[in-house]
Amino acid sequence: MTRLKADHRHSVRVTLNGKLVQAEAEPRTLLSDFLRHQIGATGTHVGCEHGVCGACTIVVDGTLTRSCLTLAAQVDGCEIRTVEGLAPSADRLGVLQQAFRRNHALQCGFCTAGILMSLDHYLSRNRSPTEAEIRDLLSGHLCRCTGYTPIIQAALEAAAQLASSKKETSDA
Amino acid sequence: MLQAVKSANPGRGDEPWVGRSIERVEDAALLSGGGRFIDDLGVQPGTLHATILRSPHAHADILSIDVDAAKRLPGVAAVLIGSDVKAVTASLVVGVKAPVECWPIAMDRVRYVGEPVAVIVATDRARAEDAAELINVEYRPRAAVVDPLGTLAPDAPLLHDGFPGNLASDRHFSYGDPQKAFADAPHRFSIDIKYPRNSCTPIETYGVVASHDAGEDAFEVLANFQGPFSIHTVIARALKVPGNRLRLRTPPDSGGSFGVKQGVFPYIVLIAAAARVTGRPVKWIEDRLEHLTASVSATNRATTLSAAVAADGKILALDWDQVEDCGAHLRAPEPATLYRMHGNLTGAYDIRHVRIRNRVVVTNKTPTGLNRGFGGPQVYFALERLVQRIAIGLGLDPLDVIKRNLIDVGAFPYRTATGALLDSGNYQEAVARAVEQGRLAELKAMRDEVRARGGLYGIGFTAVVEPSVSNMGYITTVLTAAERRKAGPKNGAQATATVGLDPVGSVTVHVASVPQGQGHRTVLSQVVADVFGLEPKDIRVNTEIDTAKDAWSIASGNYASRFAAAVAGTAKLAAERVAGRLARIAASQLNVEAADIVFARGFVASKHNPENRIAFSRVAALSHWSPGSLPDDAGQTIRETAFWTPPELTPPDEDDRINSSLCHGFIFDFCGVEIDRTTLETRIDRYVTMHDCGTILHPGMVDGQIRGGFAQALGAALYEEYAYAEDGSFLTGTLADYLLPTTTEVPEPEIIHMETPSPFTPLGAKGVGEGNCMSTPVCIANAVADALGVADITLPLVPARLAEMVRGAEPPPAGGAIAASVREGDRRLRGEGQASVKAAPEQVWAMLLDPNTLQSVIPGCQRVDKVTETHFRADVTLGIGPVSGRYRADVQLFDLDPPRAVTLRGGATGALGFGNAEGRITLVPDGSGGTRLTYSYDAAIGGKVASIGGRLLDGATRVIIGQFFTALARKASGGGATGSGFSLFALVAKLASLFGGRR
Repeated sequence: MTRLKADHRHSVRVTLNGKLVQAEAEPRTLLSDFLRHQIGATGTHVGCEHGVCGACTIVVDGTLTRSCLTLAAQVDGCEIRTVEGLAPSADRLGVLQQAFRRNHALQCGFCTAGILMSLDHYLSRNRSPTEAEIRDLLSGHLCRCTGYTPIIQAALEAAAQLASSKKETSDA
Repeated sequence: MLQAVKSANPGRGDEPWVGRSIERVEDAALLSGGGRFIDDLGVQPGTLHATILRSPHAHADILSIDVDAAKRLPGVAAVLIGSDVKAVTASLVVGVKAPVECWPIAMDRVRYVGEPVAVIVATDRARAEDAAELINVEYRPRAAVVDPLGTLAPDAPLLHDGFPGNLASDRHFSYGDPQKAFADAPHRFSIDIKYPRNSCTPIETYGVVASHDAGEDAFEVLANFQGPFSIHTVIARALKVPGNRLRLRTPPDSGGSFGVKQGVFPYIVLIAAAARVTGRPVKWIEDRLEHLTASVSATNRATTLSAAVAADGKILALDWDQVEDCGAHLRAPEPATLYRMHGNLTGAYDIRHVRIRNRVVVTNKTPTGLNRGFGGPQVYFALERLVQRIAIGLGLDPLDVIKRNLIDVGAFPYRTATGALLDSGNYQEAVARAVEQGRLAELKAMRDEVRARGGLYGIGFTAVVEPSVSNMGYITTVLTAAERRKAGPKNGAQATATVGLDPVGSVTVHVASVPQGQGHRTVLSQVVADVFGLEPKDIRVNTEIDTAKDAWSIASGNYASRFAAAVAGTAKLAAERVAGRLARIAASQLNVEAADIVFARGFVASKHNPENRIAFSRVAALSHWSPGSLPDDAGQTIRETAFWTPPELTPPDEDDRINSSLCHGFIFDFCGVEIDRTTLETRIDRYVTMHDCGTILHPGMVDGQIRGGFAQALGAALYEEYAYAEDGSFLTGTLADYLLPTTTEVPEPEIIHMETPSPFTPLGAKGVGEGNCMSTPVCIANAVADALGVADITLPLVPARLAEMVRGAEPPPAGGAIAASVREGDRRLRGEGQASVKAAPEQVWAMLLDPNTLQSVIPGCQRVDKVTETHFRADVTLGIGPVSGRYRADVQLFDLDPPRAVTLRGGATGALGFGNAEGRITLVPDGSGGTRLTYSYDAAIGGKVASIGGRLLDGATRVIIGQFFTALARKASGGGATGSGFSLFALVAKLASLFGGRR
């Protein structure tokens, strides 16, 4: 195992939403701070820094991860997905994002990035989730604006839409 | 069950945009990581970063602060303590007439856990936090008081000399003839309420970036402040500059507020002071522990409410006795929480006689501030619980008692006894519709069914008037009429909006409403599009505020549910003024009368001959390109700023009647709950909420406000409390301790609407943002009371509390050498035990008093100083897991009876908190050369450790003590005289180091 010196900055290289990025971090730098302040990917938000609120949730090497409970140095060489990588293009939202907008599933939008990442990750593996499953999945996220039910509605709508578009593709 | 929001995107007809749930213009950026929250924005190169060292004590004198080591740390630019802040600022204004000061940082005394003690400014946040750990603060603790009634006791510790008896204000009011009404009434009912502290806890915390221009002595501040901008005057005064030298700006996005971000203002003063001292821009972002511990919360309140009641349930008079707990300082705009509802103390009921005693007290808790519902939850909890008690007492149906007392439809606008002018409504109709559409009969059948099978099921009702658009003068009701005359009148609620047209005729709108996620930009685009005959996408709305450039007033900001009623209406007025001038211009170009002009589908046209038209953008641009060709009476059309204040918002009158708010929506809620007999968990079976908020501008957003408020209120009812120990320790410093509802707890409320437009607002709209925070906690409490058949209900309704109500207090566990504390909020740890040591009592005694032995046996001990023969000081570094902290321990010996017994008293303090302990050790020869050592102790733990680790403390303490004596016995067995020593300060240091820590 590599030992890092506490008082040195170390180079951390990751693939962020498909692009290689590199910056320096102290061994104690949190991944959330690294992404936001070193890389400039400010879409991932920090709400509690003790792993409860879920706002900072991202995907590291295919696994949902609280970036506030992860050190930047831990992800050197990893593949990272954040909210900035969700839209198919800069002027178009993805299916899940559109469902959120349609259902007023966000208000201030501060916690939204983490919720989107959890749902995107889950829906890519579970095509026809029940409401109970979505509620269970999202119980690891705190939202203070919406009262949650529009988020559940958006998730179910997106799941249905993703399932039917998948079906069309396979039928064709 | 989910109710889908209908998306109603563009029709092609001329139907108005207002009233449709169009998609929000805010969302695309927020959904793609493109939000611009304060910590997402860059700062000027060279900006410094601040962290704040806070008090671990609820009440203590600061004897000394040693910042030398912190200042020497590389990267540290400055460390400010109270005196440094005092040198460049003035005390914050206090809302009552009293000789007290209110500083944003402790001067020579701390009065609540989390009160700032030092601001450390460094090149980055981590270095600032490193430096904070090097600061030594010596405290002398004082007795603390956390209960609003306890603080009024004659022997209670005093917080401020200027508040005799901890009483900041005591006012009596009488309206009508309450004395006679109570004397004549056949029945009198009374209820005692203790409403807890809670907070709506936005997920984004506070943030401030401040800089100071020494040449002009002017400050620039960017902060996620939410208003009211009356606070701007408080900040400017504290920074000792005129208002025009405090430029306060807000970022484009804010991560929720619910009132709470009003409380960032003391930190604006602190960080601006740091910028002035360092000559550099300084940035500070609050962390979650700081937010929960020391931002703001709603007030907790002790209320006794009595009613004089006729036999049929008609309430003839009310007698309020409210004791409002504003925490350690009365910080602006407090005691506003208490007076916001003053005009509405009779709720939705026609009650003509009211007596009120309002007391405001200080306690050793965090100062309070704005929080969604603002005074409403406290008032309605008492009023609506009492209504249920009246019904039970008279053998009536609670719903019948509500209906018997509702204000009659013909009575609007209705002047309440205490002065509010209720603008409009039809309460009877709203109740009838809710009962029918919400299928109350089904719930009653369900209750019968569940009870028949032995279950616990209850139904609760609430009727609530939801005030919105605060009168900026209501707070002066805390003053006497004479004091008010002296101070000059305060009233009104100036709203502002600016509509601008650029050289290509596109429309810009600016308002000072400082949204915190509600979607103001979208609604304003609808409102203005309707006036100009354009589409919302044609209107670009900016809601950032810059006090140096924008139109604003003290009433600006995002509070009191004022957007829809006041701000959106003012934007309409501004747009209409521009449209009026554009109509004159178009009329001259089209050769028609101005009255014949209509704005539709992107054109300005003649009503009679729609073919006679001109593109909107062409007319709109004319003022830029060819002012000379405008008709003389048209003026310019480049920019129009409208100010609007409702004439109904007058100052309090000579008899203390106050129209505290402009608009009054109506809410009628009922719900069915089932309580699990085993776990006593409360499950919401159905929650029905009927709202009449006047004209609805955007149905999706209105429902969003209702759902969001409902979820927060559900948390307040069932889970949330900012809990304090009796010594003032804060016990809920993480989101694992302060429990917020999640997706698995929040059901979908059944929302029903009725629209009775307000005659007092331009769009007929009333506020809707806070109502469920007022109605839902008591509605659920009424249902739980119905289910359990109990009279007294205290929030939050956690299963442990319900268990106590239903089954009585849990008996203490039997046996065991060490008794854990069983009382809630009691952080004292007591215990006793014994150990055998293979050394004579004389040797053990010598070990106990020898610094060298102590240094070698105390874990992590760096040095022990013998101050006197019986007084020791030690520096220890202790860690549990990855978290280590430095502690300073101080121990003194008393009642020495060598070599038989000694009492030790001491404490340890460090970044993670403090511990104090007293113990008695007795040494008895065991007859075979060894010693039988008996000990008992009484310890208290406070500070950060208590806030973030309280749940685990008792169990872990027992483990640690067990380990300590196992090791002691082993060492003594092996090494005789050089064996381990027993030291209370090792124990105390260990206790204090158990949990948590800074990053």
